Amino acid sequence: MSGSSNYDPKTGIEKWLDARLPIIRLGVDTLIFPSPRNLNYWWTFGAILAVMLVSQLITGIILAMHYVPHPEHAFDSIQHINRNVNFGWLLQPMHAIGASLMFLAVYIHMFRGMYYGSYKNPREMIWIVGMVIYLLMMAAGFMGYVLPWGQMSIWGAIVITNLFSAIPPEAAGQSVTQWLWGGFSVDGPTLNRFFSLHYLLPFLIVAMVALHIWALHIPSNNNPTGISIKTKADTLDFHPYYTIKDAFAIAVFFMIFAWFLFFMPDSLGHPDNLIPANPLSTPAHIVPEWYYLPFYAMLRAVPDKLMGVITMFAAIGILFVLPWLDTSKVRSMRYRPLAKLFFFVFVLTCLGLGWCGAKLPSDLVFATGVNEAGNAVGFTFVWFSRILTLYYFAFFIVILPILGLVEKPKPRPLSIEASVLGDTKGGA
Amino acid sequence: MNTSAKTNGAETNGAGDATPTRRDFIHIATGAATIVGVGFVAWPMIDQMNPSADTMSLATIEMDISNIEEGAQIIAKWRGKPVFVRHRTPAEITEANAVNLDELKDKQTDNERLVPGPDGQLKPQYLVTVGVCTHLGCVPLFDPNDDRGGEYKGWFCPCHGSHYDNSGRIRKGPAPTNLEIPPYWYVSDTVVEIGKEALT
Amino acid sequence: MLKRIASLALLASLSAGLAFAAGGGKEARKQNWKFEGVFGTYDKASAQRGFQVFQEVCAACHSAKYIAFYNLGDKGAPFYDPAYPNSNDNPVVKAIAKQFTVTAGPDSSGDMFERPGTSADKIPAPFANEMAAMAANSGAFPPDLSLITRARYNGSNYLYSLLTGYKDAPEGVQLSAGMSYNPYFTGGNQMAMGAPFIDGLVEYTDGTTASVEQMSRDVTEFLTWAADPKMEQRKGTGLMVMIYLFLLSLLLYGSYRAVWRDVKH
Repeated sequence: MSGSSNYDPKTGIEKWLDARLPIIRLGVDTLIFPSPRNLNYWWTFGAILAVMLVSQLITGIILAMHYVPHPEHAFDSIQHINRNVNFGWLLQPMHAIGASLMFLAVYIHMFRGMYYGSYKNPREMIWIVGMVIYLLMMAAGFMGYVLPWGQMSIWGAIVITNLFSAIPPEAAGQSVTQWLWGGFSVDGPTLNRFFSLHYLLPFLIVAMVALHIWALHIPSNNNPTGISIKTKADTLDFHPYYTIKDAFAIAVFFMIFAWFLFFMPDSLGHPDNLIPANPLSTPAHIVPEWYYLPFYAMLRAVPDKLMGVITMFAAIGILFVLPWLDTSKVRSMRYRPLAKLFFFVFVLTCLGLGWCGAKLPSDLVFATGVNEAGNAVGFTFVWFSRILTLYYFAFFIVILPILGLVEKPKPRPLSIEASVLGDTKGGA
Repeated sequence: MNTSAKTNGAETNGAGDATPTRRDFIHIATGAATIVGVGFVAWPMIDQMNPSADTMSLATIEMDISNIEEGAQIIAKWRGKPVFVRHRTPAEITEANAVNLDELKDKQTDNERLVPGPDGQLKPQYLVTVGVCTHLGCVPLFDPNDDRGGEYKGWFCPCHGSHYDNSGRIRKGPAPTNLEIPPYWYVSDTVVEIGKEALT
Repeated sequence: MLKRIASLALLASLSAGLAFAAGGGKEARKQNWKFEGVFGTYDKASAQRGFQVFQEVCAACHSAKYIAFYNLGDKGAPFYDPAYPNSNDNPVVKAIAKQFTVTAGPDSSGDMFERPGTSADKIPAPFANEMAAMAANSGAFPPDLSLITRARYNGSNYLYSLLTGYKDAPEGVQLSAGMSYNPYFTGGNQMAMGAPFIDGLVEYTDGTTASVEQMSRDVTEFLTWAADPKMEQRKGTGLMVMIYLFLLSLLLYGSYRAVWRDVKH
């Protein structure tokens, strides 16, 4: 994309087409570009996500051929797909489980970017576009979960849309929730617009992925050392070296996908979502899909409604400014022993928040004793999630800015080539 | 594939080399396995557009024809289309058999438009046809005692004026062929199953 | 290698985080079912008996509205017969359908009428609508059973435990009028449905002794099939897919090693 091209049209037809629509050149230059020669398996999740996105698009378009976005028929139509449509029993769970697996891959992809400093100069735009993709995925995933119109669908929709009722009507000029719902509660109009938007968002994601890849082609991939490409000896062509490596990783990832899909299809969903939506009866315990649990925990950690909503959105928003919060010039945490430690605690914090999100706030992490009424008392999940939320924000606002100034990084190799040949191993 | 960074160029085939080396075999096998896999994945995605099991369960219908009065017809809905089951009078049967085939646009005898009952004999009193005009798909009108049913006392299509006789054969008008006979068989003397032929 | 273990550990911890709170109620007793595991299939004889229990006992109050009669003769279903690949032709299915009365219409005079069921019909519900069902059951709605074992946590064990778990209320528990005590019930220990089975309630056509445990087990087998009718097909396909993906991974790894053979990285 920048500078020289690797495409050399040979036949007359190729030359004719290249002069008019250089689409083959675009494809070739997208696949053949110099990439660092030392990328490890954590770098394969980009390709895995691309394949998962295509899988979701295809299965989603197929489901839309059979699905009916109407409160009376939505639940029934999902059953119709699973019971009557040819291979519907395969395609519907493939879409639902595929969403889960796509989030799993995107979280690994994001943690990888954080660990190796892939968001830092000159890759800030790649990171920001990536965060937009993540936000769109969250919106698409949420609306998609509403479509089967089970108990968790409707109650998830009620809880999440009610977040916007934290905005005072005086500020917005009208009730925001009424506008979102198209009525006085989550009902038919809500379902229908969620279906429309759920169909739209993936195409925005595709467009954003194109930008993500375009932006990636300007500086090329970051790498485990975090050192910029200096000479040709630092690089390998993306194709065939990384296409084949990615293909292998995709096959392995699909084995995990297939295991869930064929042998434990209900494990990632909630049994309550197989009860048809009933706006008059709330389930005992509303939980979102697992990939939203950390944010759900943060929402409930704050006692004030508006502040809870702000905290939750800030947790996502702060990721957008991450490139400017981290003051360290060293990209890879491989050479930042302190940052590495705080990063692993951060990963555990995110997992811990997920655990908190799956529990009731009043549940006990561990009991310390028994009160007069004979009930166990101890450390509750709401307090656990408060501590974890604090660390989550502290990691971005306090730890990363200060560490960059005080931490003394370990010596780094002179180049990617040198690190591959092991020239500076043990240089500390 | 012609890349500058390749360090093993000497052993790998260029695009123009015709004989694959042992090194290339693994790539060919991998490529073939991938293509086979994609083919297997494609099939469910194609097959899902075929009629689903609930639609297929209505692909055949059984109907009791014993309570159709002589000279009348009933209309059943089969695969989203009307099916005429007509109980013909002896006079009508005689009339249908008396027609000179040379007069017909689509030459068929009345017997060719019937199926045998459980005893192996044709049942000329019952005529089963798809109630869709072979011209442009309208539903022809039935009224053997009036002009509304056409000049040949069979059916008349009001859209473009096709006249059918009481065997459902086209006699006058733009329709190219006789009314279609659906696949059906006699489950018993009084019950027909429309949608499939008798199992022989 | 360490990194690979780390990534597996991440996956494991993520899936472990999915353990759901089971709501109220005593934990269901774990039973051994033939349908469990990678190679699990339904116990057809048990599921057939279970259908009989459903038809003679449960169907008086509960619907199973997603199940059509032809489903009973599908591959992997209780009444599957390889001689009839099209389940609509299966004489057992046809005979079962005929035993049910279906409301159809409107006829030429605009009235609804009743006719015997056909293979294309869904199992008819015992009540015209939810309100009628509640009115006939002192305000409690008997839920549809077609998805029940997947709509409850640990559904098959839960259902079996529930059906066999009725007992007298312990000291100090005040039962509301018309309620029965069942420690397994997720909605609290009091249940509007009384114990549905007594020994010998149905007479099994295959001669099996109809104990409460036997009937509970059979009807659970049937309803597990009803909630997941494509399980056998899914697991069979899954096995082939796993084998294929494993071989493909090996080939891709071989290709990868061939491409990277002389490259230091």
